Amino acid sequence: MLKKISAPVDPEEIKSLRAGDTVCISGYIYTGRDAAHKRLCELLADGKELPIDVKNGIIYYVGPTPAKPGRAIGSAGPTSSYRMDPYTEPLLKEGLKVMVGKGSRSKECKDLLVKYGAVYLSAIGGAAASISETVKECRVVTYEDLGAEAIHRLKVEDFYAIVTYDSVGNDLFEQGLEKYRKV
Amino acid sequence: MRTINLADVTAKIKEMFIDACENIPQNVLDTIKDAEKQEESPLGKEVLGKIIENDLLAREKHLPICQDTGVAVVYLTIGSEVTFTGDIYEAVNEGVRQAYTEGYLRKSVVRHPLDRVNTKDNTPAIVHVKVVPGDTFRIDVAPKGGGSENMSVVKMLIPADGVEGIKKLVIDTVFNAGGKPCPPVIVGIGIGGNFEKCALMAKEALFREIDDRSPDPLACKLEEELKEEINKLGVGPMGFGGRITCLAVKVNVYPCHIASLPVAINIQCHAARHKSCTL
Repeated sequence: MLKKISAPVDPEEIKSLRAGDTVCISGYIYTGRDAAHKRLCELLADGKELPIDVKNGIIYYVGPTPAKPGRAIGSAGPTSSYRMDPYTEPLLKEGLKVMVGKGSRSKECKDLLVKYGAVYLSAIGGAAASISETVKECRVVTYEDLGAEAIHRLKVEDFYAIVTYDSVGNDLFEQGLEKYRKV
Repeated sequence: MRTINLADVTAKIKEMFIDACENIPQNVLDTIKDAEKQEESPLGKEVLGKIIENDLLAREKHLPICQDTGVAVVYLTIGSEVTFTGDIYEAVNEGVRQAYTEGYLRKSVVRHPLDRVNTKDNTPAIVHVKVVPGDTFRIDVAPKGGGSENMSVVKMLIPADGVEGIKKLVIDTVFNAGGKPCPPVIVGIGIGGNFEKCALMAKEALFREIDDRSPDPLACKLEEELKEEINKLGVGPMGFGGRITCLAVKVNVYPCHIASLPVAINIQCHAARHKSCTL
């Protein structure tokens, strides 16, 4: 079932999502991947404030290509999420509710989603040109020195994603294997 | 002797990387379209449909298919009757530099694996040179993404492990990778040689056309059997479950030591980008 979600999100609505639901996100989301997450978590470890407000927010794991003239963003598909697992809990503690990436994550990460009432969504890996069409604005918020890895704020319209881990412990990857594994 | 101008090599490399990043090979697209027809999972079918839509949009609007425009892998096949003056590696790197900075491609290379400072022009490329008889000069390029490369393995099996040991290693590798390498994948396998040779063969296997078959009967049989077995795993498009986990399996082989059975598995995502040309 395709559900429309606005960002920043309504935490109750996020809790109602179930693995296998497809969503269309409209609103403002942040980008971040390995290097930016490392810096954010170092700030939190030092007791400092984050340069972005993640409360009820969405972080999309992406490092886009440079935008061609006339386009808001370059190609912008998801990167593998497991690399951000070590940085997940400090951000959930700050109120982050949705992470968007691709591929499986650790058991610990799945448990954290249940603990904090958050969800993990997948965008389609490699569908980077199509995804770029749903990004209407893009500006660097911080860590500009990281280039493609800088934190960007994106305005998205009907950004398509698939609920992969929900807030009650369901896992779409496991459900898929149960249904289609023949060995 | 035939003389090659290195400026032509630079220009060609630039053109080929931009082309490769924006235009999926037609036979790869056709293979994904066939996969979409065969896929049993409704969500898997939807995912494949969106991948096809993306690849067509990238081609139409000259956009990179994937934001991971990769590390630049270049194979040069140089005839022994060809001469050139200057540094051929620098000529290749200049082409890569121009492609990635002028072609709006992402720079994904760091100068040192430990200090991790971006080189900001995607150099250096990974360059492999082969010398052959004659006056040919062939260039093969592939922008290789990190997500699928990270799922690759090299393992020194022993002769007693045999074909069954190889199959188990390949199937476990693809299964454990799950959705991470952006399935449906292409599995490049190098068997034999030694530690470094098998890894090179696995990479070279990925440069083969998606619809070809190994001329070696044993390798060809293994390609078919592995494809069938991998597609029983249920991983499916992007790991959401389904029939189509791999689009193709490519096996390259080479003689090896009596004590060894080296096996390398190089995973390629569905954005199987590569281009070839002859100067």
